[in-house]
Amino acid sequence: MNTSNDARGFRPNRREFVETAVAGAVAGALPSDAQSPAAPASTECTLRVNGETHRLDLDPRVSLLDLLREHLQLTGTKKGCDHGQCGACTVLVNGRRINSCLTFAVMHDGDEITTIEGLARGAELHPLQAAFIEHDGLQCGYCTPGQICSAVALLSELKAGAPSFVTPNIADLKPLELTEDEIRERMSGNICRCGAYVGIVAAIRSVAEGQKA
Amino acid sequence: MRSFVPDYELVVAARLNDALDMLAEGWRPIAGGTDLMVLFNAGKLPYRKLVSIRRVKELSSIEESETEISIGAAVTYTHIRQHPVLRQEFPLLCSAASWTGSIANQNRGTLGGNIINASPAADSSPVLLVYDAELELISLRGTRRIPYCDFHLGYKKMQIRDDELLRSIHLPRKTENRRSYIRKVGPRQAQAISKVCFAATARLRGSAIDEVRIAAGSVAPVPLRCHATESVLRGQSISPDLIETAANAIAAEVQPITDIRSTRDYRRAVTANLLKQFLQTLA
Ligand SMILES: Cc1cc2nc3c(=O)[nH]c(=O)nc-3n(C[C@H](O)[C@H](O)[C@H](O)COP(=O)(O)OP(=O)(O)OC[C@H]3O[C@@H](n4cnc5c(N)ncnc54)[C@H](O)[C@@H]3O)c2cc1C
Ligand code: FES
Ligand code: FES
Repeated sequence: MNTSNDARGFRPNRREFVETAVAGAVAGALPSDAQSPAAPASTECTLRVNGETHRLDLDPRVSLLDLLREHLQLTGTKKGCDHGQCGACTVLVNGRRINSCLTFAVMHDGDEITTIEGLARGAELHPLQAAFIEHDGLQCGYCTPGQICSAVALLSELKAGAPSFVTPNIADLKPLELTEDEIRERMSGNICRCGAYVGIVAAIRSVAEGQKA
Repeated sequence: MRSFVPDYELVVAARLNDALDMLAEGWRPIAGGTDLMVLFNAGKLPYRKLVSIRRVKELSSIEESETEISIGAAVTYTHIRQHPVLRQEFPLLCSAASWTGSIANQNRGTLGGNIINASPAADSSPVLLVYDAELELISLRGTRRIPYCDFHLGYKKMQIRDDELLRSIHLPRKTENRRSYIRKVGPRQAQAISKVCFAATARLRGSAIDEVRIAAGSVAPVPLRCHATESVLRGQSISPDLIETAANAIAAEVQPITDIRSTRDYRRAVTANLLKQFLQTLA
């Protein structure tokens, strides 16, 4: 926020208004960083990350990805492009996959966030994590946390009957079959520079089939 | 290069009126952020003060009345794709939603954001044109409705004032017995911006085309409803000659440009071919 312009200061009525508007309050905080010409205002918000509640006082312009990596030290979630195009930063928000680079953390007040670190139960890997190892669904591993989070969402979307572009009739409300085309299409937001796609598809398929049985 | 973060302000509005108050004071809305955050992360976002409208309930529901379906501007593609009435009566919108970005994008990106971002290549635009959508705009001064076909005035120029929010998109429920067609042509289906996107609907009486609507994106500075081509077709019966005449008409009607994604000639040829394909489905 720019101190030289009066808007940052939140005139009293502005401060009052914004506090009520924001259910959790964005207040014009006092300058704290002497180096920066403009002082960040902070916003209080509560995020549940991997089952743990974090009450945070956040600069409202921190992306969810940067919050996870830089503030909470959950570096499993990767930054590939920072543009929504590679999927390396995929996390689950209230069970849905999103690109954490394309959203501000304060927009998720009260949300439940799951990252790759939250999938295993102690020493017991999530079935998809185990399947990625079993089927060689990775080489360098940089895209893998995003691939696995995406795949977790894929399986629950499928259970909920969500259609995709390759679903033969999108208006049809019949149960869907998880063909390889469906897997590829539904995973198409997650790019793997190493080209481990064959293993990725096989891993997802094996877990989906195991769940059906 | 990333934006210099301290230059920006962001507030999450809880209520519609709070958001409108802030717009009146010069703040700009952010919905899913899938267009704005790309600009922000690239250091190219011109707006400095952002108000998030994602928590505003009035903007995120789909309402049904007897005569129309009203989609809140902040409704996501995922919500659209899964909505039973939209799937039944407005399948082209669900198809367009299903190939807009990836599923992670569809979980955040909104229909309102797609409209106001006003890319001539936006995948929802041709669909909204053939469904005769109307936009409802709201500000502290009140609301007004504008037919979507009149909304875009020129490249990224729209009939919306700075203090106005797009509130909802209304679709008249008149699609019964219409045949419909949609296709996106791009390097790949997911994550790629269209070289051409095309949507059309028609109703036949006997073998004659009683009603026809054709629209295309990425072929002009604004999403284009192809009225001239429609008038060539209206009242006629499908024949090889008619298909040829209509293809020539649409090739003359579109005004594509050459850019990083494609060339003018390719876009013109593809649009004509898509029209032919649509007309063949009617035969
Ligand atoms: C990887 C990737 C792939 C993509 N693929 C496609 C694609 O295939 N096809 C396609 O068409 N698009 C695509 N997009 C673009 C984008 O996802 C869509 O345009 C999306 O609909 C934007 O919605 P949003 O809610 O995220 O908009 P935002 O980024 O939040 O906002 C976009 C613009 O709209 C304004 N705005 C938002 N809501 C309102 C409102 N209610 N009233 C007034 N102004 C408003 C904002 O101020 C801003 O100017 C892609 C983007 C990414 C990152
Ligand atoms: S880092 Fe978010 S999609 Fe690439
Ligand atoms: S394993 Fe290296 S990018 Fe996918």
